[in-house]
Amino acid sequence: MDFWNLEPVALPAELDVLRADVRAFLRDELSAGRIESRCDQWLGGWDGGFSGRLGERGWLGMAFPERYGGTAAGALARFVVTEELLAAGAPVAAHWIADRQSGPSLLRFGTEEQKHAFLPRIARGECFFAAGMSEPDTGSDLASVRARGTRVDGGWRLAGTKVWTSGAHRAHAMIVLVRTEPRTADRHAGLSQFIVELPHPDVHVRPIRLLTGEHHFNEVVLDEVFVPDARVLGEPGSGWHQVTGELAMERSGPERFLSTFPLLSLAVERLRDHEASRVGAVVARMWALRQASLAVAGRLEAGAAPAVQAAAIKDLGTRFESVVTDTVRLLTRAVPDPGSDRPLPRLLAEAILHSPGFTLRGGTNEILRGVVAKELGTR
Amino acid sequence: MNEMTATLVATVREACSELSDAGAVAACADGGWNAGLWTALEQIGVTAVGVPEEYGGSGGDVAHAVAVLEVLGEFAASVPLAEAALLAGWLIAGCGGAVPSGPMTAAVAGPGLRTRPVGGGLSVQGRIARVPWARHAHQIALLDGARVIVLERADVRPAHGTNLAGEPRDDLDVDAVVPASRVHAASAVTADAFHARAALGRAALMTGAARRALALAVAYAGEREQFGRPIARFQAVQQHLAAMAGEVLLAKTAVEAAALAYDTGGDTELAVAAAKVVAGEAVGVVASLAHQVHGAIGFTEEHALRHSTTRMWAWRDESGNEDAWSAALGRRVAAAGAGGLWPLLTGPARSGG
Repeated sequence: MDFWNLEPVALPAELDVLRADVRAFLRDELSAGRIESRCDQWLGGWDGGFSGRLGERGWLGMAFPERYGGTAAGALARFVVTEELLAAGAPVAAHWIADRQSGPSLLRFGTEEQKHAFLPRIARGECFFAAGMSEPDTGSDLASVRARGTRVDGGWRLAGTKVWTSGAHRAHAMIVLVRTEPRTADRHAGLSQFIVELPHPDVHVRPIRLLTGEHHFNEVVLDEVFVPDARVLGEPGSGWHQVTGELAMERSGPERFLSTFPLLSLAVERLRDHEASRVGAVVARMWALRQASLAVAGRLEAGAAPAVQAAAIKDLGTRFESVVTDTVRLLTRAVPDPGSDRPLPRLLAEAILHSPGFTLRGGTNEILRGVVAKELGTR
Repeated sequence: MNEMTATLVATVREACSELSDAGAVAACADGGWNAGLWTALEQIGVTAVGVPEEYGGSGGDVAHAVAVLEVLGEFAASVPLAEAALLAGWLIAGCGGAVPSGPMTAAVAGPGLRTRPVGGGLSVQGRIARVPWARHAHQIALLDGARVIVLERADVRPAHGTNLAGEPRDDLDVDAVVPASRVHAASAVTADAFHARAALGRAALMTGAARRALALAVAYAGEREQFGRPIARFQAVQQHLAAMAGEVLLAKTAVEAAALAYDTGGDTELAVAAAKVVAGEAVGVVASLAHQVHGAIGFTEEHALRHSTTRMWAWRDESGNEDAWSAALGRRVAAAGAGGLWPLLTGPARSGG
């Protein structure tokens, strides 16, 4: 079974230099007060200026070839950069989806014109994407999308509603999954992906506020939006295949166990000299999750798409993120306080208030375990 | 897995399928061992895997040893390969000694052991507690400070004991004069380094046993029907099986990453601690869910599940349990100080200047 085919990776020594450069850059950014360390910044930390500074240094689009403005540094180099950014609690939300999945999807399925139009701008940190997948009646069951695309002269007309669309109010483009052929027995057939450039007069974006009142999610109404043929992504009808191709990338990354790392990093000093084994237990699991996530990056680098292992690791990692929060909460006995001027109560508050999302976004843990169970041969 | 490892694993698996089936394992239940399998493993040339060939070892590195141990754990194989290859062979070869063939085990000399030079040899007297497989070992490599003493069967009297799975864990009474030819000076090995390798060996075996328990649970869930369908059709059961698979995958990756740390000059102290903790947590989850999925039949002597689960329960407490290794790791974290956790996890970043 391919499930057990996951090799640990020893990062090549030359990436140590890259890591040192990223660390030095982040130290500068933090000490100059240009950025602030917080939890779950890949959802909440939108800072286009910071993304631009990463782009200047060649730290975005590391999976893209040089002719499209990337550095072709590969999946392992990208892993090093992203894990350093996440561990530092840097604001990476603006470019996150573009760099992680929209860009690689464009690279894989896009036309030459599309690649030239978007990839160099993504790599410069100037073009941000949103992912239009879920709908009001479509969450875990993604194949049930109802937004539809109708063939018209010179392109397609899209209608429907997407929800939980992070950053759609600020993104420059959005890849949407819609049904372009009537549903048949093969429910995965007849779906297509389109690139919708934003803002657009027929795309209505309304905030769906988190329980904290923060605005990251949106409802996106596609009101008979015209999309020219040049903005179809890949083959019409192959949307399902294309979307699931993103899953290994979307699910296995270090963001699936590091969302609460800034809190732990801050707290360890408070936890010195007591409860060594409880801190050690958390660190042990974090070390192991990192090795597993790195092993998936190694397979991505080798051209594989280990989607099932990614699902298993995401299930473990996202449950672990709340274990981190609880360990810090119990051992420091800090009272979470979003308005505190001290970092520990504030980061603890962020981690707790963002925690419901960890085990939902990118596929609920129940769905992920269903994917694993299927691989084991139970369905 | 590279081709050499894959071939090795396939060969060991074949030998185990033939010689370590449930009947063979049950036959070793009360302190026995599987001499036939040991002979087959000697013929394959893996009983001193990870020990350089120039010292009489089988060659290969720690990753090979761990890959073999995972298979042995899967088959609940009653052989002292972790002790012979990862510990005894390594100790003796590390002093430049020739590694003997035959089953071996290893231990660290504790305060219960006294030594003094006599004539051309060394008088060794006292007791060593719970030495794995001791009654079946032809040699026992004993780490005593900066030297390695190789005891032979005639030098010791084992007081029989077993672990939860019935594997020999004997207290050894030693009263012997060991000739200088079996006392190797200048060992650079610390007791901590010994314990770490022992823990890695256990973690590798645990991963294999957990994988077998999962396979048994998947197979059983596919066969057992309730309410007119196999219980594998129930989402509650599927969720259990997937949770087990995730734990096994994590433990397996951690154990293999720890082996890689040995072979590439990584932070082995950190890696082994983490791997033993994660493997211990994994087997806790996997053993309880495997029994839950099996229902009452898995709880009986007639069912093979016990061979895997009793070993997982035994091994997680040998060579340091989750709490012991977590505490060691926690002390590393405390010593790393403010801002030190992330560099500890990722290794030092070397500046390009």
